[in-house]
Amino acid sequence: MEFELSEEQRLLEASLRRLLADRYGFDRRKAHARTPEGWSREVWRAFAELGVLALPFAEEEGGLGGSAVETMLVAQALGEALVLEPWLATVVLGGGFLRHGASAELRAAIVPRLAAGEVLLAFAHTERGATADPADVVTTARREDGGWRLNGRKTLVLHGDVADHLVVTARVTGAPGEERGLAAFLVPATASGLARRTLRTNDGRRAAEIVLDDVAVADDCVLGEPGEAFPLIERVVQEAIAALAAEAVGVMTLAHRLTIDYLKTRRQFGRPIGSFQVLQHRATDMLIAIEEARSMAIWAAMSLDEPDAAERRRALSAVKALIGRRGRFVAEMAVQLHGGIGLTMDYAVGHCMARLLAIDALFGNAAHHLARLADGGGLIRAA
Amino acid sequence: MDLRLSEEERRFREEVCAFIDAALDPATRARMESGRLPTKEQWVAWHRTLAARGWSVPDWPKEAGGPGWDPVRRYLFREALQAAPAPQPQQFGTQMVGPVLIAFGTEAQKRRFLPRIVTLEDWWCQGFSEPEAGSDLASLRTTARLEGEHWIVTGQKTWTTLAHWADWMFALVRTDPSAAKPQEGIGFLLIDMRSPGITVRPILTIDGEHEVNEVFLDEVRVPAENMVGDPRRGWDCAKFLLSHERAGQARVGIAKERIRRLKRIAAETRSPRGRLIDDPSFRDRLAAIEVEVKALEITCLRVVAAEATRAGDRAPDPASSLLKIRGSEILQAIATLTLEAAGEGALAAPEAEPDRPSNEVPSVPDWAAMSAPLWMNWRKFSIYGGTNEIQRNIMAKAFLGL
Ligand SMILES: Cc1cc2nc3c(=O)[nH]c(=O)nc-3n(C[C@H](O)[C@H](O)[C@H](O)COP(=O)(O)OP(=O)(O)OC[C@H]3O[C@@H](n4cnc5c(N)ncnc54)[C@H](O)[C@@H]3O)c2cc1C
Repeated sequence: MEFELSEEQRLLEASLRRLLADRYGFDRRKAHARTPEGWSREVWRAFAELGVLALPFAEEEGGLGGSAVETMLVAQALGEALVLEPWLATVVLGGGFLRHGASAELRAAIVPRLAAGEVLLAFAHTERGATADPADVVTTARREDGGWRLNGRKTLVLHGDVADHLVVTARVTGAPGEERGLAAFLVPATASGLARRTLRTNDGRRAAEIVLDDVAVADDCVLGEPGEAFPLIERVVQEAIAALAAEAVGVMTLAHRLTIDYLKTRRQFGRPIGSFQVLQHRATDMLIAIEEARSMAIWAAMSLDEPDAAERRRALSAVKALIGRRGRFVAEMAVQLHGGIGLTMDYAVGHCMARLLAIDALFGNAAHHLARLADGGGLIRAA
Repeated sequence: MDLRLSEEERRFREEVCAFIDAALDPATRARMESGRLPTKEQWVAWHRTLAARGWSVPDWPKEAGGPGWDPVRRYLFREALQAAPAPQPQQFGTQMVGPVLIAFGTEAQKRRFLPRIVTLEDWWCQGFSEPEAGSDLASLRTTARLEGEHWIVTGQKTWTTLAHWADWMFALVRTDPSAAKPQEGIGFLLIDMRSPGITVRPILTIDGEHEVNEVFLDEVRVPAENMVGDPRRGWDCAKFLLSHERAGQARVGIAKERIRRLKRIAAETRSPRGRLIDDPSFRDRLAAIEVEVKALEITCLRVVAAEATRAGDRAPDPASSLLKIRGSEILQAIATLTLEAAGEGALAAPEAEPDRPSNEVPSVPDWAAMSAPLWMNWRKFSIYGGTNEIQRNIMAKAFLGL
């Protein structure tokens, strides 16, 4: 068993953390959040220079060949700075489809530019009224000469407002909820028949609603096997869950650090509020929750290469359920221990709360994954 | 012991509900249902509708312009409003400064201010908390020094709810910095918000709302006649005010209204197990909350009944801490269940307000888009008016002798 980081991993983490400490203080972040896109292109370029965007791609394709552990380290550092940039959408989600589902030609065309920070991707999957089941897709893909026609409507497409290419999921055959019959395509955002409208999210980010009106997609933009794309979609969603788990650990760590600082400096009744034992216990419970979350984030990264699909599915559901609940708990405690200031837009703790709620909501919340896990037999087999 | 309503009380409740149903503007109701604060116009209009019926100051005795209801009727009235859902009569006037004036004010103060509270001619805000004086309210620093016929007030208040809508503020100010104990030497002062030297600055909360403010006071001149009671004994007014309203702290009517609404929503929402309302785990959790609401309601009725038999005695009751703790925790649990019901929809920020429709069909139903902002906003229930930690401290001291 090996929980230690390699020298290389430590270096990457250290340099990313240095960059964020220098360039991503909370006041800078506020300024980024106020721009129309809600994040900073300049920071994005700095990520590219550092190799953060190239990290998970194969070296022969212009990447750095990083593993799930490196992705975890990056996600955690980004979470701890409440980073707004479209890393999850572009590198983990879009990049995941490129790595696991794109042809060599398509990868060669996109990966180097993505790594250089020149191309943004987004995952156009969720639909109005759909459950978090990844097969709950109504949007259709119709075969025609040399390609496909897409029709449907996607919503809550993270950073879909700025993406250059969208990974669109659609149904070739079958009914919503069926795993058979799904397909995925890489669609340029400028494709004719594609319209998008910017949405705001409750954690201060941007997303888009995307309408596909008979959008033509050439065969060379197909990701995975048309009709058989479910395992691909599920795999990428699982990688996103693992990344979100690590990001959540980062966000919780920040919320906790701010809380501990506050307990030491805020004085009421003539002494630091940290001297009240009930608050010490609450802060300790937060620490316990974060350590549980950290363990699950590590387990998520390790489980991604579990070959048994059912086993992997159970593991990632367990992770997401714990992360969602502990994230909410840490948010509640951080705000409660701060009193009024914890609820304000001007202070980071409230943004930690908003992000932790968003992380819970993405790709199935705690209730969804607990139900799936329970219905799939749980983690421990009956005696 | 009989906690059931009498025939008369039931008829009273029906009368109130029928009135609300007929008189409440649908746009106001829609906005309340969505979980948003009413607009100032909606709130004023509704308050005045109640005033015209004689019901805008339900807690006041007849002599002061109230309906003179007993505690049971006051409770039923409040719950009926919460169930509609309709705005409460504006609370800073009717439940806070009004009762203080009735108990501690001069005849002139009563004549001047009370009628304008009844009709919401004056919007009041509460200037207690300061940056360095939250839970430890008695450490407040805003000073008032007497110069001839005026108090000169300087300092800063914060978290002042709806100060940007307010005509008047009742504030705690330090009149005697040399007093032996921090609670002594504090006055309860009525300040015209249009006075020179007052600056109101918004504080945005994380749900994007503007509900609270900072209020800066720079050498503000306040006529001496605006001091309520002894200028060194304002703490008595504050204590009276903070524990005045007992059963209302529990917000049982809001909890019931939110649960009714959540059930309707769950019947229209899909989950991996079919309709959400049919999902056994959701049903169990909802039922558990309903049980807790019932326990709180009966506890409330016990407090109300005890109050009714102790007419006239208005001493603070530590039971209000119990009601506030459970009331806040239950509402927060309902917010969590609603958030979970919203699923990925909880990610979307609300696009249009229900009483101000837009042309776009929102990508996510409003209730789902509101679930996260409300969840965040409702954390305030365990913070304001004395945090739940402070409430537990009060109970430990009052009930346990610890
Ligand atoms: C939405 C909102 C609206 C408000 N509206 C108004 C208003 O209109 N007028 C007004 O005057 N005020 C208002 N307040 C202020 C509110 O009353 C204070 O926020 C509250 O009293 C807590 O004070 P604080 O925020 O300074 O937190 P602090 O007192 O600094 O508390 C920080 C933490 O320390 C804990 N703590 C403090 N002392 C103890 C102790 N002895 N034992 C154990 N734990 C302790 C608290 O419970 C909390 O967890 C409002 C607040 C909010 C959030």
